[in-house]
Amino acid sequence: MNITEMLSYGFMQRALIGGSLIAILCSVLGIFLVLRRLSLIGDGLAHVTFGSVALAMFFRLQSVYLTLAIIPIVLACAMGILKLAQKAKIYGDAAIGIVSALGIATGVMLASIAGGFNVDLFSYLFGNILSITSSELIIAAVLFVIVITGVCIFYNDLFASTFDEELAKSSGIDTDRINAVLVLLTALTVVLAMKVVGIMLISALLILPAVSALQIAKGFKTAIVCAACIGVCTVVVGISLSFSMNLPTGATIVIINFLTFLCAFAARNVLRRS
Amino acid sequence: MNAALSAKNLCAGYHGSEALKDVSFSVTPGDYIGICGPNGSGKSTLVKVILGLLPPTTGEVSLFGTPQSQFKQWQRIGYLPQGLQFFNPHFPATVDEVVRLGRLAGKRFPKRFSREDALAVERTMEWMGISHIRGSMIGELSGGLRQRVLLARALVNDPELVVLDEPTTALDPETRENFYKIIYEMNREKKVTVLLVTHDSATIGKYASHLLYLDKQVIFYGNFDDFCNSTEMTGFFGEHGQHLVCHRH
Repeated sequence: MNITEMLSYGFMQRALIGGSLIAILCSVLGIFLVLRRLSLIGDGLAHVTFGSVALAMFFRLQSVYLTLAIIPIVLACAMGILKLAQKAKIYGDAAIGIVSALGIATGVMLASIAGGFNVDLFSYLFGNILSITSSELIIAAVLFVIVITGVCIFYNDLFASTFDEELAKSSGIDTDRINAVLVLLTALTVVLAMKVVGIMLISALLILPAVSALQIAKGFKTAIVCAACIGVCTVVVGISLSFSMNLPTGATIVIINFLTFLCAFAARNVLRRS
Repeated sequence: MNAALSAKNLCAGYHGSEALKDVSFSVTPGDYIGICGPNGSGKSTLVKVILGLLPPTTGEVSLFGTPQSQFKQWQRIGYLPQGLQFFNPHFPATVDEVVRLGRLAGKRFPKRFSREDALAVERTMEWMGISHIRGSMIGELSGGLRQRVLLARALVNDPELVVLDEPTTALDPETRENFYKIIYEMNREKKVTVLLVTHDSATIGKYASHLLYLDKQVIFYGNFDDFCNSTEMTGFFGEHGQHLVCHRH
């Protein structure tokens, strides 16, 4: 099948546009999360998303309504992770573990009680960007604008807090507020990314483009631009390959991302030697 | 004239243990204070409280006459830590990006850099002799150069008060000496108030005008001549110990 034919399908156009927008968000936020050693927060929030999806399905919500309904729940849980880590005197990874387990447990519990939506619920585990509807694409575009605007507005504060939190504080930056901004933007992105790669693979989309970019980038801005480019390319190639070869989209995207990481790693070693 | 810094009945600590007990002192603008004391004497805690990184349990700090909780003009203060808290050698920041971060202090929302900021970064990098490595990654530099970049970050706003927390611990003697010289000249020529925490009580007398000796509480605060002539301090340190600090080469 040639490219023109592939692009002539409406669902492919939507998948490629939606996938690219979400890939940019994941990659940009991924740089901050990876460097702040918060990589697994994506995984934790994804598990919370699973519970939230189950809750929304319990109330018979579908498609766009489901996405809109789970956003506040995931945002609240994101803040919950931060507050747990700050107030309960436990480390961030333990807080992520608690909230993430609670998310899965709620999901399984609700699925069991309702008995009827197990198949639908489990389809969210691995995502399907090819089934993205026009209204879901509009939501993705709106959230894309919100998240990117957030990152642009707080870019310098985010950079300073990522570089060294104590130094940032000594410059009068409210690092608690900046952490909250980062986690909330990540929560919005995770809800969107669920559609592309599914709950199980969200952290890969947050981590892999970022770590690939970090292998080769020479500067902070370059790293962000590089990660966004890698994210978009791998998602576009992944969607196209999965469509033409009839492979699962989410898994294809993740494997291509991993191969890209290997290439970036090799390129770094070659550059270092020369 | 307002004191550059004053602390009144300051107590602070971590998880119930007290690291500072009833610490009071006042710093006149233009002074160079060497803060010395044994391990665990509360030197770094004092710095953290001054900079607002740790809230005091009781007492208060004023910066340039303003209570610290209301202080917003962080561009007037430059801070250089011993090293970065969790330094990642693969952090993808260039030297000029790091120096520019210092210009965020005191900026209001939305924090954007102007041409003036670019000029200040340029000027400071030239002053510190790091212009030639502006595009290098911070993680690829030697410890000495990295501290110099962080010093540039601390000085990029031409601060009136500079707080340095054991900045030379990881440096070789030659680099350390250069470091002390830069800070000394800055104090002499620009009348910048300096607060330098150091273990090196034998060298600090060469540069600092005042000594603040801490051991959870203030053991001594005053100029070096007073310290050297104080019989109370001879009693506290012993003659040899006092002479070591007084040995102003």
